[in-house]
Amino acid sequence: MNRSIVLAAALLSTQAAAGFTAAQAKPVKYKLPEETATFKPGTNREAVMNNCTACHSADYIQTQPRGPKFKKDFWQAEVTKMIKVYGAPIDDADVGKIVEYLTENY
Amino acid sequence: MIDRRRLLAGSATAIATLGTGSIFSSISAFAKNASAKDVTLPFENGKRPMVKYPQKRPMIGLTQRPPQLETPFSVFNEGVITPNDAFFVRYHLADIPLEIDPDKFSVDIKGKVDKPMKLSLADIKKMPAVEIVAVNQCSGNSRGLFNPRVAGGQLANGAMGNARWKGVPLKAVLDKAGVQAGAKQVVFGGMDGPASDKTPDFAKALDLDHARDGEVMLAYSMNGENLPMLNGFPLRLVVPGYYGTYWVKHLNEINVIDSVYDNFWMKTAYRIPDNDCNCVDPGTAPKATIPINHFTIRSFITNLADGAKVKAGETRLKGIAFDGGSGIKEVAVSIDGGKTWLPTKLGKDLGKYSFREWHTAVKLPAGAHDIKVRAIGNNGKTQPMEALWNPAGYLRNVVETVHVTAA
Repeated sequence: MNRSIVLAAALLSTQAAAGFTAAQAKPVKYKLPEETATFKPGTNREAVMNNCTACHSADYIQTQPRGPKFKKDFWQAEVTKMIKVYGAPIDDADVGKIVEYLTENY
Repeated sequence: MIDRRRLLAGSATAIATLGTGSIFSSISAFAKNASAKDVTLPFENGKRPMVKYPQKRPMIGLTQRPPQLETPFSVFNEGVITPNDAFFVRYHLADIPLEIDPDKFSVDIKGKVDKPMKLSLADIKKMPAVEIVAVNQCSGNSRGLFNPRVAGGQLANGAMGNARWKGVPLKAVLDKAGVQAGAKQVVFGGMDGPASDKTPDFAKALDLDHARDGEVMLAYSMNGENLPMLNGFPLRLVVPGYYGTYWVKHLNEINVIDSVYDNFWMKTAYRIPDNDCNCVDPGTAPKATIPINHFTIRSFITNLADGAKVKAGETRLKGIAFDGGSGIKEVAVSIDGGKTWLPTKLGKDLGKYSFREWHTAVKLPAGAHDIKVRAIGNNGKTQPMEALWNPAGYLRNVVETVHVTAA
């Protein structure tokens, strides 16, 4: 473990060292943590990866309510909302695959 | 070679001062480490990672892109002001600004005004400043606790916070530009936008009278510091008493219009049932809706978590209460399931839009107890004993209950 590097980091302002730079350097830059949320393995996962992740991370799906009321109809409505309301450019051929995958895995 | 595992196992301070860029190529190590410390929110599928973002202490991670962070509830017991590094984060759309030059930043004031203008941050800071302590709360705060459950961000009670905002009244800015006769609403846009150009860009509107009430403000300071990036640096709209959806972050566009704004975010999203309770029977749809507006009144016990064990005898209780701007008149607690209510002492009054602290002591004999808390506003409104329901999962304000065991 290289203590001098760690110490140097500790001596920087907390803000600058934590991925945020102000004061000396303008413009202010912000570094988001790397995205780690993933979709579960399963049939048709690729259709989900190719469509859903263009606009949001996988945890949007992972954190939705579970249970019998949150199966096919729920996911069909969500996918329809993404297309109709948010303009998601999802191919017709992919819609069924996405709904199936989500129903199966979440 | 740095031993990441040893570093990450170190103190929180050490972790907080380690960074990205020159030392680490990415901050992903934090996320992996943090996920070892998951929290489980009190509803089904409530497991969440604790995540570390720049300018933030470890927060409850809801989503990563765009980032949504919930405040751990214990923060509300630390004080009546929510620290900037613990303040919740909510974005709608993934194209968020990550590089902003405050010297080049400006706000466009346009539309039905005599003098359309661009105001730089420096211009705004030269205007007479005002300060207000006000709660910001996500419309969907506590959505995860709805029964039956509804789609959307599954939050517990931590998508709220109370801060001292400093900035200029929106009225002063509008007066500078000269609002024209016939103007009806003011539309606010920020630098954050959609990942796809087919997605409706986020923008919100307020009626002109509300926009010119002297309280709605353009804030550049939060608790005496610049706004954190994820809370809208360098300028955000503050709409005291109103849900956070109106508090547009990275505010760079103010457009005065002579109609009622009808984009997706006003006309379709963020609507509540248009009736006295703003509620419907669970599982049903409202006949008519209106845009969400003032906060409902809420109160919380902050010093005892659900399931806490306390010593039998006198137990101190403390917490917070707030409403949509009438101010808190009184807070009462019940240790008999709501049959009788005991008064509490209110803390310092920081203004009618602020959290109001309350405290008291109750005698708890050995055994299990359900402690309830209920606030009454200066407008006479109070909290329902049974949760009200609406399809979007907004406005939750049921009387909260903490189950404790005294021994």
